Amino acid sequence: MQNELLRLIARRLVQLAIVLIVVSFFTFALIRLLPGDPTQTIIPFGRGPFFEHARARLRSDLGLSKGFFAQYWDYLTKLVRLNFGHQYSSGRSVGTLVKQSLPVSLELMIYAQIISLAIAIPLGVLAAYRAGTRTDSVINTTAFGALALPNFVLALLLSFFVGAQLKWLPTGGYAPGWLDPIFNGSVHMDLGQHLRYMVLPAFSLAVGQIAVYMRLLRTDMIATLQENFITLAKAKGLSNARILWRHALRPSSITLLTAAGLSVGTLIGAAVVVEVIFTVPGMGLKIVQAINAREYVELQSYIVIIAVLFVLVNFLVDFLYAVVDPRIRRARAA
Amino acid sequence: MTTARFTETEYEGPLLEVTDLKTSFHTDVGVVRAVDGVSLTLERGKTLGIVGESGSGKTVLSRSIMNLLPRFGLEREGSVKFEGKEIIELPPRQMRNFWGAQMSMIFQDPMTSLNPVMKIGKQITESIRQHLDVTREYSSDLAVSLMESVRIPEPKVRLGEYPHQLSGGMRQRVCIAVALAAGPKLLFADEPTTALDVTVQAQVLDVIAKEQSERFMAMILVTHDLGVVAGRTEEILVMYAGRVVEQAPTSVLFTDMKMPYTEALLASIPKLDEHSHTRLATIPGRPPDLSHPPPGCKFAPRCRYVQDRCLEEEPPLQAGDASGHQYRCWFPVGTPAGQEALARNERDGRVPAAATAAAAAGGA
Ligand SMILES: Nc1ncnc2c1ncn2[C@@H]1O[C@H](COP(=O)(O)OP(=O)(O)OP(=O)(O)O)[C@@H](O)[C@H]1O
Ligand SMILES: [Mg+2]
Repeated sequence: MQNELLRLIARRLVQLAIVLIVVSFFTFALIRLLPGDPTQTIIPFGRGPFFEHARARLRSDLGLSKGFFAQYWDYLTKLVRLNFGHQYSSGRSVGTLVKQSLPVSLELMIYAQIISLAIAIPLGVLAAYRAGTRTDSVINTTAFGALALPNFVLALLLSFFVGAQLKWLPTGGYAPGWLDPIFNGSVHMDLGQHLRYMVLPAFSLAVGQIAVYMRLLRTDMIATLQENFITLAKAKGLSNARILWRHALRPSSITLLTAAGLSVGTLIGAAVVVEVIFTVPGMGLKIVQAINAREYVELQSYIVIIAVLFVLVNFLVDFLYAVVDPRIRRARAA
Repeated sequence: MTTARFTETEYEGPLLEVTDLKTSFHTDVGVVRAVDGVSLTLERGKTLGIVGESGSGKTVLSRSIMNLLPRFGLEREGSVKFEGKEIIELPPRQMRNFWGAQMSMIFQDPMTSLNPVMKIGKQITESIRQHLDVTREYSSDLAVSLMESVRIPEPKVRLGEYPHQLSGGMRQRVCIAVALAAGPKLLFADEPTTALDVTVQAQVLDVIAKEQSERFMAMILVTHDLGVVAGRTEEILVMYAGRVVEQAPTSVLFTDMKMPYTEALLASIPKLDEHSHTRLATIPGRPPDLSHPPPGCKFAPRCRYVQDRCLEEEPPLQAGDASGHQYRCWFPVGTPAGQEALARNERDGRVPAAATAAAAAGGA
């Protein structure tokens, strides 16, 4: 049992390494394939010692004097040691920027997932239980309405009404939360304040996922409710609530889990927009700034980090499958 | 608790009385009359066998009595009295007090009737804790002794396992334990061994029989195999196309069957002394489409005794010689009328329509 688990983790690490190599190769190639001298392309304007210094640092960050594969090897080994290079305009280490912005985006996405699941799961269960009735169609229609609302529109509306007009919540900004100290050592943390800043952005991100999760759960749950073991649970005299939550939910949640893992990609994209609107200093905002400032080295690092994050989340989902369904544990071991 | 269970009702009549129960499903292809006017009576501690081919309505009948069918498109009428109390119209909220505690069911397929993601122990104890006010520890002790008594080896280990870790026979024993957990007075065993290996079928049936007699529990044993009910029931009810076509005390049925369908069913029992490769005498043709049943006797298209009258007029349930014997036939087996009908058919070369169709299909 122990051995199997270790083997599984080892296999996952190998896969992670492969993903890292492939993604980093493409981000690496992205800069090297720029026509002409990359340092001139990235820093096209400006003369004088400041810019020359910046170009020199960029040249050494990129290791341009060596051959193509030697350069890639350099880049990869630096990446593994979490050495991401520098922002040419300020000379600040990209690693520091990542440490500041990554926890913010992670928190935002975690909250968004929690909110969307917390709303979608009860709705999905209820819609499946009442499949074909008015309750079901009301839930479906509302969810689709929410799906049709682009999250930047929702973000703007929330920011305007709840933030600017009612002044219930801040319209933008950020206060450190529970993840920041893990990345940045001792940071002053005020959880209440932190959550106040996160409510609107997280909610704007969450709404788009609700309809998708709800529909997937509803479909699987309707199928599960036809199963013999549900009739058996009913024949035991259990209450409907117990049958739905204790017997039907878990076997119906595999697709939902898969979708929740894959939706991290969508969430990252959506987080860029939402972070810009609410000026949340997460990676999404940093990406936009990096693009505007032509900070290729910085951008490159964010892309690699996002790819790794995506893979890690889906590994986590893989492990959760086994938690949800014991039969998968055995299939894995075999 | 146990003593209370036997003293709480003074009702002296039969445990279960079903009168003219009709169950139909409204589907896209029409109204499927899966159970069409079934009546039966069951005394405490007794066993009733329900026999019929696949699709004859056995499962629908038992689930309909228990009120366990999905409500969508369902229509149920007639009367179901449990200990003299009418329960046919009871909403699920009230049926919950009967389910598990008063009546419970063992399903046809043990592979799909246990929750795949819940530990065995939990599946047994939750049934106990739903109906009896006991502690967690007590309920798991109870589960262990239940599992011992249905002869599951190493019950303490099994408690923490999942259904997929058990063989079919063991799973069915778990289902039996689940069904018995809250001490019901009536057990429906819906083809409890059909999905199992021949070698374990007898063991599982014996476990059920042992529990039944120890608990003085009434049982409805559903099967398509007359051989299964032969030595295990007091009375047998033969079903065809949602109806009772013959009903008799077990000994009477085997010595004096009147219905050609019962005869045909008996001929299709696999015999142990025969070589396992001999083909079973299966009944030619298929049961009728229940949404558009033929007029007359529903079995007529497949019957060796068939006469013109059978195709036009449906025979009523009529009493046989022995008490409690009823059958539905114009030309009953072993009577002069029946023998004459069979002889006439043989002389004229008349074979049932379904048999010619089957032969034609086979020849083509
Ligand atoms: N929910 C339903 N909707 C429509 N028709 C149904 C439904 N459930 C059962 N039936 C039909 O009712 C008839 C009786 O089915 P039932 O399952 O009771 O047969 P059975 O005697 O138990 O057969 P088996 O030996 O295969 O279990 C079948 O023709 C079946 O197609
Ligand atoms: Mg059946």
